[in-house]
Amino acid sequence: MNSVLPESYLDANSIASKVQSGEISAVEILDQYLERIDSHEKDVHAFNLVTTEQARADALETDDLVTRGVTPGPLAGVPVAVKDNLCTKGIPTTAGSKILDGWRPPYEATVVRKLREAGATIIGKTNLDEFAMGSSTENSAFGPTKNPHDLSRVPGGSSGGSAASVAAGFAPVAIGSDTGGSIRQPAALCGVVGVKPTYGGVSRYGLLAFASSLDQVGPITTSVSDAALVNEVIAGHDPFDSTSIKDPFPPFTERIGQNVEKLKVGVIKELMGEIDGISPEVIKQTNTAALALSHAGAEVEEVSLPAVLYCLSAYYLIAPAEASSNLSRYDGVRYGLRIDGKNLTEMNINTRTEGFGDEVKRRIMLGTYALSAGYYDAYYGKALKVRRLLANNFADVYSKFDVLISPTSPCTAFKLGEKITDPMTMYVNDICTIPSNLVGHPAISVPFGVGSDGMPIGIQILAPPMRESVMYQVAAAVETAGS
Amino acid sequence: MKQDWELVVGLEVHAELSTKTKLFCGCLNQFGDDPNTNVCPVCLGLPGSLPVVNEKAIAFAMQLGRALNCSVNRSVFSRKNYFYPDMPKDYQISQYDLPTNSDGFLELPTGITIGIERAHIEEDTGKTTHVGASGRISGSNYSLVDYNRAGVPLIEIVSKPEIRSTEQAKEYVSELRAILLTLGVSDAKMEEGSIRVDANVSVRNLGEKTLRTRCEIKNVNSLKSLGRSIEYEANRHIDLYLNGESPRQETRHWDENAGRTKSGRLKEDAEDYRYFPEPDLVPLNPDHKTIETIDNEMPELPSERRKKLMELPDMKPSDVALVVHRDHDVFAIEAIEAGGTPSAVIKHLVNNLSDGFGSLTANALAELIKMEKNAELTSTQTKKVLGELVSQGGAPEEIAANLGFEAVGSSEIENLVEQLIKEHPEEWKRFCGGEKKVQGFFVGQVMKVTDGQADGKLINQILNERSKAN
Repeated sequence: MNSVLPESYLDANSIASKVQSGEISAVEILDQYLERIDSHEKDVHAFNLVTTEQARADALETDDLVTRGVTPGPLAGVPVAVKDNLCTKGIPTTAGSKILDGWRPPYEATVVRKLREAGATIIGKTNLDEFAMGSSTENSAFGPTKNPHDLSRVPGGSSGGSAASVAAGFAPVAIGSDTGGSIRQPAALCGVVGVKPTYGGVSRYGLLAFASSLDQVGPITTSVSDAALVNEVIAGHDPFDSTSIKDPFPPFTERIGQNVEKLKVGVIKELMGEIDGISPEVIKQTNTAALALSHAGAEVEEVSLPAVLYCLSAYYLIAPAEASSNLSRYDGVRYGLRIDGKNLTEMNINTRTEGFGDEVKRRIMLGTYALSAGYYDAYYGKALKVRRLLANNFADVYSKFDVLISPTSPCTAFKLGEKITDPMTMYVNDICTIPSNLVGHPAISVPFGVGSDGMPIGIQILAPPMRESVMYQVAAAVETAGS
Repeated sequence: MKQDWELVVGLEVHAELSTKTKLFCGCLNQFGDDPNTNVCPVCLGLPGSLPVVNEKAIAFAMQLGRALNCSVNRSVFSRKNYFYPDMPKDYQISQYDLPTNSDGFLELPTGITIGIERAHIEEDTGKTTHVGASGRISGSNYSLVDYNRAGVPLIEIVSKPEIRSTEQAKEYVSELRAILLTLGVSDAKMEEGSIRVDANVSVRNLGEKTLRTRCEIKNVNSLKSLGRSIEYEANRHIDLYLNGESPRQETRHWDENAGRTKSGRLKEDAEDYRYFPEPDLVPLNPDHKTIETIDNEMPELPSERRKKLMELPDMKPSDVALVVHRDHDVFAIEAIEAGGTPSAVIKHLVNNLSDGFGSLTANALAELIKMEKNAELTSTQTKKVLGELVSQGGAPEEIAANLGFEAVGSSEIENLVEQLIKEHPEEWKRFCGGEKKVQGFFVGQVMKVTDGQADGKLINQILNERSKAN
């Protein structure tokens, strides 16, 4: 297997404390990672842009604070790779698409601002499936990203670049976005930790919208405690995002390391063999993880979540519908690509035809259709009802369970080109992750074992809304068991 | 309106709310600034931007709703999707099936009420200028877009199709404007575009119960155009029907210079806006207390002001409407409270004070009216004094004295008449015999003696009474 994996990973936690104490400088840390990127990035293509200059400036600033005796924030000197659908001021933001050719946002995403205020060093913009639509990062207009465990395989998607950058040791932390599993699934396929926070827990201001009611921004890291740390930094109410939660969350890190005795863990029956297409190996690993929790004192039981069976269909109506509207603004008028025509409409059409890739066009058409007069009730309207049904289902289950467990991805990383020709096959990759997006609950993927193909497997922990602290607690226990 | 045909009109009025900032961002809501200077990522719809609701705009919208007797509802913002360069997101955040206000009515000054379907909130678009050719998009060389207006809060007020004449249509808009100004929620200037009117016009036979095909008229920039365009369109429909044809449902553009409507963009199907609830915003749910407070703090609306005056004796609705329209009712009430006869106060306001009061005080008007009533001044003299009061101010008695006005009292006239009877017995006999034209002679004589300071009406009255006594 052709792979690009470091010998060991550095913890963001320890980097930050070393930089804070002055033991190591932010610039030194940055250089270490830049060197590795220099050597191996060409094989992986995790980045659309390595922001060397800006990173150096950030790192110098952090070091300057330390010199002046000011303690920088909790991510002091930690290099962070940011998915290229998050606005970085003055730095090209492409969403993996040709249609934003040349666009440099005049403002930065709230998440990016919070990272920098915490002392992080933004090291680059990572590759993604165009406009976050995909599960393999093969839909990028700039070429696919490779899985660092096996360069002939996909890293997953849509945050494939972010997951790969962490797995390849290009950055200890990456930020991704998750609409139907786009953080968790690539994290699972790349053998790293990935979190989708409670909907509204992290600001979406500055995130190029795909599906507004499903999108969330979250961390990808090498450890559960790092994920909780980063989650803490980027979370919080944002007055610029009307959907962001005002109520305070219980601190994410506080229960990590606590034993899981008496916690009630439900194994989602439907995702453990009932639905076609979930690999037996993956199911086996999930059972092993469940057993490990049981040995650690948790009360583990199978639980049925029947609404899960309808989620894929509901998602593939709701997400494209919202996307078809969110992507209308890319019309060649104000920014990005413009291809002229003999009149306005022709210009719009030419621009969007050239600028958008096939999968994006497919979803825009699907979404436009679902929202059309005469079809709204049958498709979008009905999908919203499924969503409510699912929410009731979950609420019911969470009255008896603290967390739920399932596979993250139905399979390990597949070969580049293997699934790209059949969209439906590709869509099934999201089957385990979609439910959390539909109801807005938090979920995490933790690496746990490998398949017979040597590729990583990820286990998913799901928790009720705003219960990240329990989610991290159980995830940490699984992580310990798997190490 | 041609015989046997009934006009059916519904009006859609868009009013810009005069909030300090835009509906979904903190940019200034200000007319006339250099292009693209009041913009930000949100109102430019830049990738990644999100809307945040302006609470003042919502408050204004609810106030207007209550002033229009609407029920204020739990509401949801919706996206109206269509492509046009003046709309940065290529969708407009509006309200669709759950608007802020619904089911109200507007009382016209004449007393007729027009039903209000809904009054909802939405964001305004930017402004495009097409350069070259006629200034319209086809044939232009290029277009410029100014996004200063994009995101400005609008309230769209949709009436039921209950308007039945061009006069009513103009009154409706006028009254709506007056309410907006009273509430202070919009400056409603048609020339600046802070109030825009589209008319939905159809016709039907008198007595017909169902509605026929309607056309929407756009580009109406004044009340006069509103009346003209409705009339043109109605006649166009009637002519079609009389020819055995019928109008096509479409949007038509009013051409002020040509005096006719022209077919808009040719579209076979109605535009499908693919409305769905705006996922970036949460529903608005005003509570009982909020609405109660709005009602309690509602300023006196034009209809209430008219009602107040109508309670007084001898009031004519059209006069009262005019006085209130000109904001002269406060003055009127003051003058009435100072002792002026209501009908006389109104008469003066309507006929003689359309240009304003100048230095005239309500007290002075009351005094003047009393003088006229007591026949101390003739109506001609009264008007002259009024003119002086308006330009110089002061007290009517003083001015009358300065002008040498002393209305001749009835007793004096009676004496003069007796004298004239003695001097002109022949003419008197003829007058009493029924020759009315001799009356003028006697009036003229009285006038001559009194230097024109006797009131003509009074003279006639005395002559007639005297002739009966003969």
